[in-house]
Amino acid sequence: MAERLRMVEAVRETLRAELERDDGVVVYGEDVGRAGGVFRATQGLMDEHPDRVFDAPVAEAGIVGMGVGLAATGMTPVPEIQFQSFLYQGFHQLAQHVARIRSRTRGTITCPMTIRTPYGGGIHALELHSESFEAGFAHVPGLQVVFPSSPAETKGLLTAAIRSPDPVVFMEPTRLYRSFREEVPDEHEIPLGEARVVESGEDITAIAWGSMLRETLDAADEVDASVEVIDPRTLYPLDTATIVDSVRKTGRCCVVHEAPRTAGMAGEITARINEEAFYYLEAPIERVTGYDVPVPLFAREDAYLPDADRIETGLRRALE
Amino acid sequence: MTEETVARFDIRSVQVLSPDETVDEELVPDLTDDQLLDLYEWMKRSRRLDERAIALQRRGELGTYAPAIGQEAAQIGTAFAAADDDWLVPSFREQPALMVHGTPPEKVLQYAMGMEEGAEIPGGEGALPPAIPVGSQPLHATGVGWGESLQGRDTVAVTYFGDGATSEGDVYEALNLAGVYDAQTVFVCQNNRYAISTGIEKQTEAETLAQKAIAAGIEGIQVDGNDVLGVYRVANEAVEKARNGDPVMIEALTYRRSMHTTSDDPSVYREADEEAEWEARDPIVRFQMYLEDRGVLDEETKAEIEDRIESEVAGAIDRAREAKAEIDPADMFRYVYADMPPELERQFEAFERSEEAERVPDGGVDRDSGGGLDG
Repeated sequence: MAERLRMVEAVRETLRAELERDDGVVVYGEDVGRAGGVFRATQGLMDEHPDRVFDAPVAEAGIVGMGVGLAATGMTPVPEIQFQSFLYQGFHQLAQHVARIRSRTRGTITCPMTIRTPYGGGIHALELHSESFEAGFAHVPGLQVVFPSSPAETKGLLTAAIRSPDPVVFMEPTRLYRSFREEVPDEHEIPLGEARVVESGEDITAIAWGSMLRETLDAADEVDASVEVIDPRTLYPLDTATIVDSVRKTGRCCVVHEAPRTAGMAGEITARINEEAFYYLEAPIERVTGYDVPVPLFAREDAYLPDADRIETGLRRALE
Repeated sequence: MTEETVARFDIRSVQVLSPDETVDEELVPDLTDDQLLDLYEWMKRSRRLDERAIALQRRGELGTYAPAIGQEAAQIGTAFAAADDDWLVPSFREQPALMVHGTPPEKVLQYAMGMEEGAEIPGGEGALPPAIPVGSQPLHATGVGWGESLQGRDTVAVTYFGDGATSEGDVYEALNLAGVYDAQTVFVCQNNRYAISTGIEKQTEAETLAQKAIAAGIEGIQVDGNDVLGVYRVANEAVEKARNGDPVMIEALTYRRSMHTTSDDPSVYREADEEAEWEARDPIVRFQMYLEDRGVLDEETKAEIEDRIESEVAGAIDRAREAKAEIDPADMFRYVYADMPPELERQFEAFERSEEAERVPDGGVDRDSGGGLDG
């Protein structure tokens, strides 16, 4: 039976269901046990599964690196990195081992780990609590990079991530954790690598994921055009076909992300459209992104983050 | 105001067979003559493989290779203490330990020939492949030791790293996490005195490396790493403790007698008299004299062992060469993901087409077919 849940509750219900379903699932991370996570995403799980839900010392490289060993023994590690910026402390383990163990052993050892991490701005957090390093993760062969944009999407995608035989960086938009409720079906799995056409349209394709999807939908309502809104849901693997088909239909495109612009995913998406739909384009592809600056402290955060106004401007430019 | 000492620690150091061939009979581990000969043969086999590998590298058949010459006792003594179904989590110099645990020598050579096939773990053999980033793999061993414990098994992970690795943060995290989670893990630090060119005196102000375990709350113990009997004794105790959820760190004092890797020239940073001093403490020579004194090893057995090793190593080299001749470059695409993602498939198809174009003179590559790797 479907329940109306917030995103953070959808995370918890998914973890609960997967812990029930599979004895191999291990949930661990800083403060995930007794406190239930700083966002309460894991609240109550340690009481239900004291043998498979653990508080971890403050050691991100350790949290990520141990996953390789846990996986080698047949377990399915689902660690939480408290904020995405702290995954930088474990990035070497991610890039040097987690992502490569399958290819370097030709499939004899694999790492079906899902690293959950809150990302992005908009909650007036401390310095280094608001980053979106998605392009960095997508750049590492062997990883999958997944973004939920709503409670139901969270359930479907997190279920698929945990069941995936390959490692996943699961980026949870912090600002959406408690922002709205949505019906979330009990049994729900969304295949990784499939984009969602959130709204169909004829005049322009808008591409946004995670935290930016709702802003983009708001902006789409404000322009006097029929906007097709696509949520790729996974940045690697990226559903290029859905994007290209849409742009071939609309002839225009605007890509939105809150990460800095240079070497960001909008550049990659633009390149793919150029490769496969260049002659269908009627205008240059627009990018609406964060700036190439460290995410500012919260007094200036609103100026950094793309909002519906900036996205609307981007859509209008691409429509000209 | 008061001032008092709230904690005090000791580090034990063990030696069974001293460099001058005196033996502490009370500490001699309980091993049969056959097991003693096995230890000897494994040390000889590793040494010979390393010698042949260096020669093959000089002839251009192997890429960079990290010999373990001088460290055979530290590795073989510890690996010998692990059960067949225990895990080995090596760095990049652990061919002796891996071979004792079941890795065929041709796998070692294949890896050094630049083939992922060498990092494949043959079925049933609990080992992780070589880890290149210094000090990164002890964390995997902690994960393995924790995972085994979570699943109610008493299997142990034995991991290897060098003196330089103890300066890496990951090693401390691994020791600390192992203590916190009662991971069934044995940490073997081979203090071979050099991290490439940087000597142990520049690596740390700590008096021993074993004491680094103390900060993590687990046992640290030192052993003469060139004394295979001492190493085995200490490792055997450590493995049994780890089986019960008490991780242990062993510091094996040894010496890397040859180069860091085949790309390195130790004469730049090491004195000849230091090398001569350690040559006299070589683990194989020392153990051989012990076995001869005990009447376990005679000239005939020695010759048999050497002949056997010679033909085994030669066979391994032949098999590695044959495997190299058959490699398929397209394999690099096949094992990145369980199911190849569409973008990778497009690159793979373009790669296959370009390979085809190279094989067939004037073979045309369809420039308009998309993909991105054409030409």
